[in-house]
Amino acid sequence: MLNKILMSGATKTHPELSETFNQDEARVDWHDETLWWIRQKRDKSANSIPEWETLREKASQIKNHVLSELAGYLVSFEEKAKANGVIVHWAADALEHNQIVHSILEKHEISQLVKSKSMLTEECHLNEYLEQKGIGVIDSDLGERIVQLAKEPPSHIVLPCIHKKKEEIGDLFHQHLGVPAGTSDPQILTEAARRHLRETFLTRKAALTGVNFAIAETGEFVVCTNEGNADMGAHLADVHIACMGIEKMIPKRKHLGVFLRLLARSATGQPVTTYSSHFKKPRKGQEMHIVLVDNGRTVQMGREDFRASLKCIRCGACMNTCPVYRRSGGHSYHYAISGPIGAILAPNLDREKYADLPFASTLCGSCSNVCPVKIDIHQQLYKWRQVIVKEGYAASSKKLSMKLMTFTLSSPGIYRTAGKAGRWVLKHIPFAVNNQFNPWYKQREMPAVPKESFGEWYKKENQKG
Amino acid sequence: MSRDQILAALRKNQPEPVPLPLAIPTDREEVTGLVTKFKTVAEGIGSTVYLPDSLQEIQTTITSLFSKEKRMLTTVPELVSAGIPEFLLNEDPHTYADVDVAIFKADLGVAENSALWLTEDQMGIRVLPFITQHIVILIKISGLVADMHAAYQKIGTADYGFGTFIAGPSKTADIEQSLVLGAHGPRSMTIFMYV
Repeated sequence: MLNKILMSGATKTHPELSETFNQDEARVDWHDETLWWIRQKRDKSANSIPEWETLREKASQIKNHVLSELAGYLVSFEEKAKANGVIVHWAADALEHNQIVHSILEKHEISQLVKSKSMLTEECHLNEYLEQKGIGVIDSDLGERIVQLAKEPPSHIVLPCIHKKKEEIGDLFHQHLGVPAGTSDPQILTEAARRHLRETFLTRKAALTGVNFAIAETGEFVVCTNEGNADMGAHLADVHIACMGIEKMIPKRKHLGVFLRLLARSATGQPVTTYSSHFKKPRKGQEMHIVLVDNGRTVQMGREDFRASLKCIRCGACMNTCPVYRRSGGHSYHYAISGPIGAILAPNLDREKYADLPFASTLCGSCSNVCPVKIDIHQQLYKWRQVIVKEGYAASSKKLSMKLMTFTLSSPGIYRTAGKAGRWVLKHIPFAVNNQFNPWYKQREMPAVPKESFGEWYKKENQKG
Repeated sequence: MSRDQILAALRKNQPEPVPLPLAIPTDREEVTGLVTKFKTVAEGIGSTVYLPDSLQEIQTTITSLFSKEKRMLTTVPELVSAGIPEFLLNEDPHTYADVDVAIFKADLGVAENSALWLTEDQMGIRVLPFITQHIVILIKISGLVADMHAAYQKIGTADYGFGTFIAGPSKTADIEQSLVLGAHGPRSMTIFMYV
């Protein structure tokens, strides 16, 4: 299954997967332009708020505060949620999370689940786990449903099928939902999905949702969607399970004012998502569960250099702006969360498997500039590189070239000779470097050859007096 | 137990306590400015906004807008008429699957994003604002605030089982970023703002 190959990442690295994506140049341009357009919408929206930078700073400080007192806030949240009639579970890792969800469904003899967007369940591979146990899961976010039908993971945390063309979606819907062959009108395709998923909402006894924010003061949690799919699932089901990473906590209800102003504007440029739903108590006759998940977060908390990654509110702004993400596609990151933020979260879970990701960046810093909670993303990417090389997880080609570079740069004589040789090669036998064995030649033109190096020019000018 | 393990790991790894920042001062805009702002933003995200002079006008507008729809419900007693029956609670949410138009009254609206705040008591039943094909919400102009900070100041420590901000009809742009109104919830949102 493609899903497994992409998610396990055991086979291919970011450069290899990017190469596959880059084979279709027209598609890369389209992908690049679409995401840049979303980035521009974000800018327009942010610029309409005079206090935007103050908001980012406040959000960052609130999150810094939460991280410094997270244990206390979790205890308070648990106490309030229990008093509200919600059942609270704690999961140390992905497996325990999956087991908890399964045990709830098993208790109610439920074999079909409708699920709204939750990156945490992607991180935990919940769908695969439940399917192995004989439980059918239907993702209800339109983009997620599309990639689910295609047996692919989402390629973006906010826009799961941003890599797909409408014609491809039409083919999928023809195959699975009985839409006439050749349909590609987004309006008609969305209507078909609406009918199919309405039937799903009306027949499922259990609904799972993610959580955008959990409030320690009141024990309530907030789920944001544009489609209304989280609400349709939760309000029709007998059992509502909400799964969240422990870092989603905020101290008070009033702090939502800061985060809800930032979230949608950063994500898509909208002033707010269509629905910002505050779940506090189960509906009469309903059972409501919250699963609090660690899965590496407490370890990340202990890594001073990387702790700030836990401030992330999953808006996706860093992906939309990233020159590498836009041209390599979300699947090239082979982790549930792609783009710059994924590249600093993934190595926390497995440094060997995701050793390639912190290198999938130009370190331009654009991600840090748009981040609504001011995570120093590009600096963390740089720091992860050092950790990965030091621990011996860097790719062997990278290690060899780094060693060669160290050798060349450590002696002025060798440096001058190497420079001269390089210029001679580029000028006289360009095919020696302009070939498939040079990774720098891929998707790049080699530079024009200067007549002389700066060193040579300077020496000459000096002699002229 | 995982709970104790997680809490112990956090207590060990958390940084030194960092204080909370001061709150952002709440914006105080003139009421006239709020109405214009709200209307512009609401129309920008696909809602239709009316500024009626009377309850009678709201009633006639609703009747003419939705003359073809079959099942209409109002949770606002003042709007009950021969064509628009009052909402009656049936605890099975599935029984509302065929509702075409549902009418609500909000007490709080946010000018900066045109979101209207509804709590469970105002919804009749939680599923209704989502399952209906078209949503209509009434809001008094005195219920408008400038931004989300002011909104939460007004909500304060209110107790509710469920509450939601609704800004526009349900929508998606998941297919090639083409905006489509009516994803899973209402296909349209009509707002009446009045004195």
